[in-house]
Amino acid sequence: MALVKRFTQFVDPPNEGNITQVPESVPTLGTPKIETRGMSFFYGTKQALYDINLQIQSRAVTALIGPSGCGKSTYLRSLNRMNDIIEGTRVTGEVLLDGADIYNRDVDVVSLRKRVGMVFQKSTPFPKSIFDNIAFGPRIAGQTNKSELQVIVERSLKQAALWNEVKDRLKESAMALSGGQQQRLCIARALATNPEVLLMDEPASALDPASTARIEDLIFELKQNYTIVIVTHNMQQAARISEMTAFFCVGRLVEIGQTKQLFTNPTQKETEDYITGRFG
Amino acid sequence: MSGSQNKISVPNDGSTRPNGAASLRRRFSWMHVREQAIHFILFCCALLSVLTTVSIIYVLITESVVAFPPNTAFFQVVSLHEFFTETRWTPQYAEEQQHFGILPLVTGTFLITGISAIIGLPVGLLIAIYLSEYASPNARKWVKPVLEILAGIPTVVYGFFAIRFLTPMLIVPIFENWLGMTVFGKNALAGGIVVGLMIIPMVASLSEDVMRSVPNSLRESGYALGSTKFDVSSRIVVPAALSGIFASFLLALSRSIGETMAVTIASAGFAKLTLNPLAQIQTMTSYIVDVMTGEVVSGSTVEKSLYAVALVLFMITMVMNLISQWVLSRYREVYQ
Repeated sequence: MALVKRFTQFVDPPNEGNITQVPESVPTLGTPKIETRGMSFFYGTKQALYDINLQIQSRAVTALIGPSGCGKSTYLRSLNRMNDIIEGTRVTGEVLLDGADIYNRDVDVVSLRKRVGMVFQKSTPFPKSIFDNIAFGPRIAGQTNKSELQVIVERSLKQAALWNEVKDRLKESAMALSGGQQQRLCIARALATNPEVLLMDEPASALDPASTARIEDLIFELKQNYTIVIVTHNMQQAARISEMTAFFCVGRLVEIGQTKQLFTNPTQKETEDYITGRFG
Repeated sequence: MSGSQNKISVPNDGSTRPNGAASLRRRFSWMHVREQAIHFILFCCALLSVLTTVSIIYVLITESVVAFPPNTAFFQVVSLHEFFTETRWTPQYAEEQQHFGILPLVTGTFLITGISAIIGLPVGLLIAIYLSEYASPNARKWVKPVLEILAGIPTVVYGFFAIRFLTPMLIVPIFENWLGMTVFGKNALAGGIVVGLMIIPMVASLSEDVMRSVPNSLRESGYALGSTKFDVSSRIVVPAALSGIFASFLLALSRSIGETMAVTIASAGFAKLTLNPLAQIQTMTSYIVDVMTGEVVSGSTVEKSLYAVALVLFMITMVMNLISQWVLSRYREVYQ
């Protein structure tokens, strides 16, 4: 009972007043946006993920939790093939985006990454102006029309709740923004390519509580239009913002379920140990 | 003493334990002397380089700007106005026909530098991009030592290569036989090309260093936005490393300006105000070689002109080195 009490207070977002239109219902289990079937991952000969079967629902937030080194970041980065950059990595099994295997030989990685955007733990503004940062994705996709770019930049910054703070200094360097602003800039930059899925690798772990709250509000807004997968070390955060939570441990998917249920009534002993802080 | 082995050993008799103030007092020790001696030797080594620089500047200035009477300095014989505006440099003529206008030497020098820049800077930068962004660790293991070999070839060999191979086998067939232009046996183009080859390793390795220091997180962000490798190289890495690349360019150009032996062999002849790369030219450095290896009357204006030319050369390269150091130090601030 104590366990239930402890986690229901996390599940109810404390800042509910700020958030408009919180969809209360957990999305129905329709066709998943992303699905991995029997997926394993190798760094050279070292296996990092074992037989992951996981469905990620469209227009919802799926949180990946687990102790350090459990493979949750590796899993996230395999969803847009970011691990391809690292030499000697290998994937077996299937990773399906809208039913099509993204590791298929004829898949173009560049267009895959335009559909599946990513935000990293450390904010990484390019040493360019704010405008050029946001316009980067559309530009490499071939957009050169100045007024089109202006529309995209404004829309993306508004979506990332950064527009009002930077609208008068779009030509200034993005490096001059604060940490929280830089991270929202990176979210806006990822949104500018108009992705369907947004992968977030501990997007708020380097931020102060106020900036973290802003990012969480933002995720609440964004999930109405995007499928979001977020890796987080912060279980309260997972409980606050996600519909579904998946618990990883030593390269295996231990449990996935509706967030409220996973935190209040986990089916696996390992999950319970982890979320009650007995381990990890 | 043996009985106290089980206990934590605390020296409890006050006589053997030095009291606080006394133990901190400075006393004579050989270790201290040795430290002082090492400090002094290291200081002398540093002083040596400073003294060398200062004495070179001193000599250049006393011989060219102000001299102790009864000696006269170069600029006390030739006016600054003539030196910088006269278009003839004819120290080899008899006294009344002598002219000391440095412009032909400056244009000769910059002709060589310009040709070497056209060849060396882009090739060096492209090699740097290849090494930093495209090359596999294996390929890098092969290319880097080859670059170092290129950097280690004596400049006299480059000069020989230019006059014996480049000019007769490449420049003459193309420009004289094919395009019908006049090519001199010694020409600026051959010298410029080999100096360009010479600065490639320098540009490549300095630029590669700054490009590799661009954080990987920036590259990953680029890839996550759907960039190709070329997008990441040209739109993220090169712009982020731009000031470092610029500094490496300046250092390489100051090397081109100061390059002597290859240019003397391949290009240098008569000082003439020209921008024709197929003509023979005279650079500041090769003029100095020319006079030093010929017969020059001690104390003559010709001899003094060496110092004036050397002073101009020194100031040009010094300014370029200072600018590149300033640019590099600004670059370091961005990522640290």
